[in-house]
Amino acid sequence: MIQHYFLIIISTVLVNNIVLVKILGLCPFMGVSKKLETSISMSAATAFVLTIGSMTSWAINHYLLEPNDLVYLRTLSFIVVIAGVVQFTEMLMEKNFPLLYQLLGIFLPLITTNCAVLGIPLLNAQSSHTLLESALFGFGGGIGFSVVLILFASLRERLEGAEIPGPFKGTAIALVTASIMSLAFMGFAGLDR
Amino acid sequence: MQLKNIFKFNGGVHPDENKIASTRLPIAKLAIPKKLVLPLRQHVGHVAKVKVKPGDQVFKGQIIAEADGNISAAIHAPTSGRILKISEEILPHPSGLPDFCITLEADFKDTWIEKKPIPWKKIEKTQLIETLSQSGIVGLGGAVFPTHMKLKTNQKQTIHTLVINAAECEPFITCDDMLMRERADEIIRGSLIAQTILGAEKCVIGIEDNKIEAYEALKKAAQKTTVEITVVPTLYPSGDAKRLIYLLMGIEVPKEKRSVDLGIQVFNVATVAAIYRYLEFGEPSISRIVTITGAVKTPQNYEVLFGTPLSELIKAAGGSSNKQKKFIMGGPMMGFDLPSIDVPVTKAMNCVIESSPELFPTPKPVMPCIRCARCADACPVNLQPQELYWFSKSSQLEKAREYNLFDCIECGCCTYVCPSNIPLVQFYRYAKSEIIAQDKSKEAANTARERNEFRLARLEREKKERAERHAQKALGAQDKQAEDDKKSTIAAAMERVKQNQQENIKN
Amino acid sequence: MITALLVMIFLAILLGLVLGYSAIKFKVDGDPMVARIDAILPQTQCGQCGYPGCKPYATAIAKGEADINQCPPGGDAGAKALAELMGMEFKPVNEKHGVQKPKSVALIDESTCIGCTLCIQACPVDAILGAAKQMHTIIASECTGCELCLPPCPVDCITMEPVLENSESWKWKYPIYNIQKAQKA
Repeated sequence: MIQHYFLIIISTVLVNNIVLVKILGLCPFMGVSKKLETSISMSAATAFVLTIGSMTSWAINHYLLEPNDLVYLRTLSFIVVIAGVVQFTEMLMEKNFPLLYQLLGIFLPLITTNCAVLGIPLLNAQSSHTLLESALFGFGGGIGFSVVLILFASLRERLEGAEIPGPFKGTAIALVTASIMSLAFMGFAGLDR
Repeated sequence: MQLKNIFKFNGGVHPDENKIASTRLPIAKLAIPKKLVLPLRQHVGHVAKVKVKPGDQVFKGQIIAEADGNISAAIHAPTSGRILKISEEILPHPSGLPDFCITLEADFKDTWIEKKPIPWKKIEKTQLIETLSQSGIVGLGGAVFPTHMKLKTNQKQTIHTLVINAAECEPFITCDDMLMRERADEIIRGSLIAQTILGAEKCVIGIEDNKIEAYEALKKAAQKTTVEITVVPTLYPSGDAKRLIYLLMGIEVPKEKRSVDLGIQVFNVATVAAIYRYLEFGEPSISRIVTITGAVKTPQNYEVLFGTPLSELIKAAGGSSNKQKKFIMGGPMMGFDLPSIDVPVTKAMNCVIESSPELFPTPKPVMPCIRCARCADACPVNLQPQELYWFSKSSQLEKAREYNLFDCIECGCCTYVCPSNIPLVQFYRYAKSEIIAQDKSKEAANTARERNEFRLARLEREKKERAERHAQKALGAQDKQAEDDKKSTIAAAMERVKQNQQENIKN
Repeated sequence: MITALLVMIFLAILLGLVLGYSAIKFKVDGDPMVARIDAILPQTQCGQCGYPGCKPYATAIAKGEADINQCPPGGDAGAKALAELMGMEFKPVNEKHGVQKPKSVALIDESTCIGCTLCIQACPVDAILGAAKQMHTIIASECTGCELCLPPCPVDCITMEPVLENSESWKWKYPIYNIQKAQKA
């Protein structure tokens, strides 16, 4: 049984990495990876919201939508719920952990519109996970996102000092780097399932 | 000459020494020049305060500019004569920018002001340091830090070891070598004085093993004293104070700490000799030994009065032999190109090298960094020069600071070994001065913010006070009105009473 | 259909209640963003941005009322730092607000000064010394070079003098070396 849960985490972190394999949540991946410091905060916030979001969406799905035969409302209700959860976390954090809140700055509300955050609960619902499975799936996705984002931010910080040919400067070279990283992550395929 | 237990530091390089040429002849005294130009900024710290005015007659050894505050040093007239002017002149500084100097016209009589030897054994330490701050002595190894500050120790810092730096590791420079050969006695006595003032238990002289004659002379002079002489292998930069401490004692001075915090003080040989001359004979710091070498006809060491134009020294050394006329101040590793030869000799000038295409060929073309990390192997302070280069080159200054840019001693070992011929140290110097400038402007912005906030608060307060005053005035006016009303009613009542009384009387 | 509506309405009400409650419960005063923006601004207090000082401008940026490219003394470097902090795209400084000039300080021609104190009242950092009918002078080390003292002067005795490099403020320059042709092996 433990093996099963362990596999869920390994699979979400490496094999089915949301960013590089599922190609979800690309906007924060490109947008918040300019500095290592902010990318660490962003990944922590995303991992947190993903875990909590998966759990609440599981509850909505399990207790509200499925009994009432309203599965087609999933996308809509998940967006609403996740937005609410993010808002709530933001307020909670601002009050209780002002330092962390300052560090995350505008990234917290940005997470609301992150497709990875919506994608994971939807995938959860599709594969009819249990509560624990959903939580682990969300958490693993968050860790996968963090690993990739932090790696990528460190690379980009280095690129800042590199002599890049003019037309490649900025986003272009970042996209090239991302695609090479994506290729590298494809190597994990076959580890599981 | 045996090598004792020494602790080898990482890295370091061994460039061609080129020291023999300038040690063939003994130290000569350079004639007094017609005019001497004495910069007010010859030391680290505050600029000296001028004590003379144009037209004044001064004697040799008279203070012409006084130390301003603690971290500062006095400047003395190197010979007798008349003050010509106080003006901006070009200094021997990489910037080539002018700064304030006192120009002295020599009268060639060379009359000393009354010399006052100091009975240093008898007077109290604080007083002794006070006197030393009048001596104008600064670190003659090149750092030019006021010496009296280094002799001052507080209760928290007790010095257990005094290290005398005789390593002189840079190629070409031989001024300390020659001084040791000819005036070993002064050095040993000066060391003992410094040891006594500091209250140090031990005094160790660290000397590189390429200076055999100097070693023998020192050994002879130190025979019946407690001064230890330790020979260290010839390896650049063993003359860096912190490297020398490591070599001799195996103690690494941690980041952001000074050797004094660990109970170790370091002096250059020339500095202790100057201390000896000041205390024993009352002669302040007015001259130093300068090596003139390189492409000049007769490389030699000269005892030169401060303020002597460099061109005089070059003439004495047989003049320059090639057309280019490029001169380097300091050694080839850490020195810089002099902006002109019309600069004065200062307290920091230990060596002048005439550059020539044979000695210093034009640098090979710069190639990209291939991250071979040879520089990291050569770095004596265990930094990662390739990373520092990466960040300095792209002006990622905060990153460079994170990678301990400010621990770099700019020794040039990385540049020396770089197979791509990248002028690494130039990048570090750029990054350092840029960071310092940024910090300064940040500080200025902070004071401006404070001053603005204070002003706004003051305006607010004044407004409130004015409003209060107005209110009070208005209140006062009302009171007066009320009083008038009262008075008139009283008067009216009195009137009525009077009328009544009169009517009563009438009735 | 009705259940779907009911469910969504239920969700909306629930979330609304929770968020509304927590908005009251976890209310925080002050905006830490203003201080961080203010720290980037050069504090010349020149008002070229259209606000009466650096702090008001910082407040306006934090509120989203002002753009990040209105500060000429801060220059493009300042705008870049602001863009990074605000998570916005960098924009070069808007020339409408002025152009970046080398740092200068005001200098009063003391022989023409009539001692009217108008410049003293204009100086945002109290860097002018003087009294009525007395000659005024600038404390150069405190002057931010905002030029606010220039317009009120009735005799035009104030000039801006650029701060020149001296041997203390001198900086090592960025190394420039020529690219040479490599020798053929």
